[in-house]
Amino acid sequence: MDLKTLTYIVVGLSFALYIGIAIWARAGTTKEFYIAGGGVHPIVNGMATGADWMSAASFISMAGLIAFLGYGGSVYLMGWTGGYVLLAVLLAPYLRKFGKFTVPEFIGDRYYSQTARIVAVICLIFISFTYVAGQMRGVGIVFSRFLEVDITTGLLVGMGLVFFYAVLGGMKGITYTQVAQYVVLIFAYTIPAVFISLQISGNVFPQLGLGGHTGEMYFLDKLNQTVTDLGFAAYTAGNKTMIDVFCITLALMAGTAGLPHVIVRFFTVPKVHDARLSAGWALVFIAILYTTAPAVGAMARYNLHATVNTAVASGGDMFAPDASIEGETRPEWMKRWEKTGLVMWEDKNSDGRIQYYNDQSKDETVLAKAEAAGWAGNELGSKGKDGKFEGKVDNDIMVLANPEIAGLPDWVIALIAAGGIAAALSTAAGLLLVISSAISHDLLKGVFARNISEKGELAAGRIAAAVAVLIAGYLGYNPPGFVAQVVAFAFGLACASLFPTIVMGIFSKTMNRAGAIVGMLTGLSFTLAYIVYFKRDVLLGMSKVPDSEWLFGISPEGIGVVGMILNFAVAYLVMKLTPKCPDHIQHLVEGIRYPRGAGTAQAH
Amino acid sequence: MSQPQNFDPQAYWRATLRLLVATLVIWFVVSFGAGILFRDALDTVRIGGYPLGFWFAQQGSIFIFVGLIFWYAKRMDKIDREHDVHEE
Repeated sequence: MDLKTLTYIVVGLSFALYIGIAIWARAGTTKEFYIAGGGVHPIVNGMATGADWMSAASFISMAGLIAFLGYGGSVYLMGWTGGYVLLAVLLAPYLRKFGKFTVPEFIGDRYYSQTARIVAVICLIFISFTYVAGQMRGVGIVFSRFLEVDITTGLLVGMGLVFFYAVLGGMKGITYTQVAQYVVLIFAYTIPAVFISLQISGNVFPQLGLGGHTGEMYFLDKLNQTVTDLGFAAYTAGNKTMIDVFCITLALMAGTAGLPHVIVRFFTVPKVHDARLSAGWALVFIAILYTTAPAVGAMARYNLHATVNTAVASGGDMFAPDASIEGETRPEWMKRWEKTGLVMWEDKNSDGRIQYYNDQSKDETVLAKAEAAGWAGNELGSKGKDGKFEGKVDNDIMVLANPEIAGLPDWVIALIAAGGIAAALSTAAGLLLVISSAISHDLLKGVFARNISEKGELAAGRIAAAVAVLIAGYLGYNPPGFVAQVVAFAFGLACASLFPTIVMGIFSKTMNRAGAIVGMLTGLSFTLAYIVYFKRDVLLGMSKVPDSEWLFGISPEGIGVVGMILNFAVAYLVMKLTPKCPDHIQHLVEGIRYPRGAGTAQAH
Repeated sequence: MSQPQNFDPQAYWRATLRLLVATLVIWFVVSFGAGILFRDALDTVRIGGYPLGFWFAQQGSIFIFVGLIFWYAKRMDKIDREHDVHEE
């Protein structure tokens, strides 16, 4: 059976599974639609949270980012896991005790203000659409490469599927499809990793294989030596400044804890005790992928170098004329991926061979060696926006093409396709649901049509979900930047807006309405303005502002931390100048601090 | 939200905050401390093929986060019980 047929079968089976679950778990009430009825077991919820939150960026882009950033990729590993500690101790149990349906609802009630609720909805919509754009682009990539349909068709199929189980099943449908999607994506991720780890260092656990031997040397030393010999930064050293690494990590952690689609998952468990435990289970399921990713990244990087330069594995002279592989005999996977533009080869010195090195290196000896060998620039890269050769291999290829690079069997490659789609769809569905519930529950039921019936609200939620799917599809068709970058911005926005406001709502009894609203708006607008200003080349197609102008040397990915500090500071100042928080709200805050009486979530 | 008898909210909250601070200190030390701020010093130590700071940044901190949340949840259950505010 050829690869394409096999891929269609594996992906088709996974779709049939999701659809079956969606029909079985369709929502009949608003409580089921928003919080799956509130009776989800903490381990099941942990698994669903894992799928909800491990996005196309985690599955497709993260290992690739780590592969090219080396140590610098740690920001994603620590950032996207450390947030669960913040969730478990700062947010999840208290929000569960509060016992409502949505994040804006908590903010509106705690700050006794419809305005605060609407501001929270605006923050939520900004964050969620930024994030969902990345997911839809991920769906498009996977479809176009593996199923060989064009990106638009891929998007339409993905949208149709999400539409089906998000609109029909609501939170209940999503919860159980996410459990299935978790299983698909974790197998798809770990199976190739295990094989590759076995090939490189003979260890069945990729987590240990990364620290193992290859030949006579430790694998990481060998990798460091290979990349530095070719003019790249040492793998374990990284290339970001310490303040930037610090800020990006913190922004991703606080952002994780402030993401509405993650928070809302903790509303679905029966008790406060379960909310704490569920955060732990979610992290167990996430850690399986996240501790595998560094091995996948490093090994994929090594395999890529070893493929284009035969001297890497043999330990010979990488600058010898016959070390670089011939373009004609380049492996099948390169030819396949060239169609997507993620890989591109350009024979700059017309010797018929592929030279892959860092021609921007500051290391004079590397450049001198390359020149002596007749190399005229890096010849392996991807297709840039203008359709021309760009001297950098696309991050996304490292996971998607990894099994092919390592020469694994076809069924593993088919599994990767199903896993990538599962990761993207599960996150997209979770996001679309929080968007639709913000509109139907917070705006419609909460502000504009308070007398709406249960049935009417449910219908409104479904319509809102349907519209959100369409917008998401458009954003995927016309995405602002590449997957992981866009997602990183959503975290910055969540870190600067929702996270501080919720934390203050729980840990300060006196924080008042005006403080919270002005703080949220300050954090959101500052962070958004900074990102747009420094990313205007990607977002608006304008000329790029040089990175040397960064505030305190903090990149747009990390600026959410400054936004968060501004949010806290401004909220405190405004609180001091405005009327104090009323007594009944202070009692409410006291009430959410101890677990007894959480009961099931209240409809109202 | 009926308040239990003989419940001292201040004592409960003090105990909760103490545990919270302890948890966040560990969280900070293993990630921002070992993985970022003191990485260069730790990298001089090696565990197998891993420079230690690099290991903390890419794997170690994650393993510790997982253990930390379960430890926190267990300690919180104990505090809830001691103050008689646990759920039935």
